[in-house]
Amino acid sequence: MPTEKSDELITAKGLSKLYGDFVAVNGIDFSVHKGESFGFLGPNGAGKSTIMRIIAATLTRTSGEITVLGKDPADRGPEIRAHLGVVPQQDNLDQALSVTDNLYIYGRYFGLSRKFINAKIEELLDFAQLTEKRDAKVEMLSGGMKRRLTIARALISEPEILMLDEPTTGLDPQARHILWDRLFRLKEQGVTLLITTHYMDEAEQLCDRLMVLDKGSIMAEDSPAGLIKKYVTKEVLEVRFGSERNAEVSEQLGALCARIEVLPDRILMYADDAEKVLEEIHKSGLHPVTSLVRRSSLEDVFLRLTGRTLVE
Amino acid sequence: MITSAAVAIAEARIGRRGESVYSGRARTIIERSYLAFRSSTWIVVATGFLEPVLYLVSFGFGVGKLIGKIEVAPGHFVSYAAFIAPALLATSAMNGAIYDATWNVFFKLRFDRVYQGMLATSLGPLDVALGEIGWALLRGMLYAIAFMSILGGVGLITTPWALLAIPCAVLISFGFAAVGMAVTTYMKSFEQMNLINIVLLPMFLFSGSFYPLSIYPGWLQAFIKVLPLWHGVALIRSVSLGIFSAALIPHILYFVVMIIFGLYFTTRRLTLLFMR
Ligand SMILES: Nc1ncnc2c1ncn2[C@@H]1O[C@H](COP(=O)(O)OP(=O)(O)OP(=O)(O)O)[C@@H](O)[C@H]1O
Ligand SMILES: [Mg+2]
Repeated sequence: MPTEKSDELITAKGLSKLYGDFVAVNGIDFSVHKGESFGFLGPNGAGKSTIMRIIAATLTRTSGEITVLGKDPADRGPEIRAHLGVVPQQDNLDQALSVTDNLYIYGRYFGLSRKFINAKIEELLDFAQLTEKRDAKVEMLSGGMKRRLTIARALISEPEILMLDEPTTGLDPQARHILWDRLFRLKEQGVTLLITTHYMDEAEQLCDRLMVLDKGSIMAEDSPAGLIKKYVTKEVLEVRFGSERNAEVSEQLGALCARIEVLPDRILMYADDAEKVLEEIHKSGLHPVTSLVRRSSLEDVFLRLTGRTLVE
Repeated sequence: MITSAAVAIAEARIGRRGESVYSGRARTIIERSYLAFRSSTWIVVATGFLEPVLYLVSFGFGVGKLIGKIEVAPGHFVSYAAFIAPALLATSAMNGAIYDATWNVFFKLRFDRVYQGMLATSLGPLDVALGEIGWALLRGMLYAIAFMSILGGVGLITTPWALLAIPCAVLISFGFAAVGMAVTTYMKSFEQMNLINIVLLPMFLFSGSFYPLSIYPGWLQAFIKVLPLWHGVALIRSVSLGIFSAALIPHILYFVVMIIFGLYFTTRRLTLLFMR
């Protein structure tokens, strides 16, 4: 991971945001390096969107320091935003305009020439697979198409940093994979990606480095693999004994694995070799209703760090 | 650091005054309104323009038949239609501006996320304010020009000076658009929006549009003279009759102040609503 100062595009120190008395972001430190894909992972209300908006100079921080490309978003807003492509959590496409006009006018907002924009539009329509819908009104598009258009729109100014707030929420699996593929391509072109998500698989797929957030605070920060290595074992065994018995057997099971997590509907047993744990359970005369051996995921990291599951 | 075209454009403005709120591209907001307008219906625009024409026909030529000449300045008498025409022109400039700056802006503020989209680019809130107000003003200007042509057609323009009424109408539109948008940024519901209409109609009826203010008792005259439309009516009435004096300066200043206040508060409110 690059760590030289000159490589830092975004640096935050003690960054806080209060809404009234409510602390939405609680004195966090982080930095994002050039060319990396950095993720904010956390449940609803963790403060992900708040942080994204502070970076994009559309929300002012309450205290702490933040520089984006060496500048303070609080007083260099337009200049900083010229470097950014922003995909907000909720689409804000221009409903009164067609697909092409949405791209066109966004380029104009950045002050780009018509010639430049018109050439770029063809490229972006192709990128977003919306060429056939070019003259359609935005309201005629499906959710996935709108999301792709929002991303395409954010790229009209050839941003150095692309900020994606839950880019694939509400999309079907196929649409998500198409989007991920598009984001990979951008990363290959050297675009720095900032992504928020509460999907583990998305975080694992897209992010070089992750910050796990909960209630406005950083719980952990590392690469997805690094987080798993640091906080959980290689594998997990999920067993179910039925909701009444889960708690009952947990003590007995606890002795068989490195760590145990009892959830209302199932028991998670962490071990480097989960098959073996399952064998031992059977040997000890217990018979789970169902059992599943799987690799540990970020979900387990989150559970470990906060005692809660990420998506309820 | 990668210098894209967008970045080069933004950096060219470093060090200018107000760079954190203004990027000098209000025209792109007007361009957006034009793109959206192309696909909207002309009927709405036409009806807004028709209103003062109907007043002119019914009051000017109808009621006017019952009324003799009216003295607009010492020794200067005009027909009733010629008396109310400038007032209707001022009102038409006001209505055109108000329509876009209030209702249309209200929908964009509360239901669309258009402004959030704009403000995520290198535009600043003053660009958005100026662009939206500028578009509203264009509509006011369009109404004024159309109404002027009708006045010309029915012989109510008697001096070439009357053409100066158009820039005056633009000034009036600008003032109303600026204050209209500023007020709209504080509105939260349809009920509150209706208050705007409730204020505008009596202002139109009582601002010396249909009869000279001298009819009122002193205190009421003083009150009316505080309202913006009276200044607009007085300004256009003088100009379109070719009567120029230092008395016009306060009218012009009144609108200049409206423009400055309107822009200031709109920018401030957009910042508070979308960037805080
Ligand atoms: N304008 C606001 N006024 C008051 N509280 C707010 C405001 N915006 C956000 N909050 C609160 O701040 C906290 C963080 O919100 P934020 O939108 O940043 O969360 P998030 O991590 O993006 O969540 P989600 O996954 O639901 O999008 C939440 O508890 C939210 O209720
Ligand atoms: Mg969010």
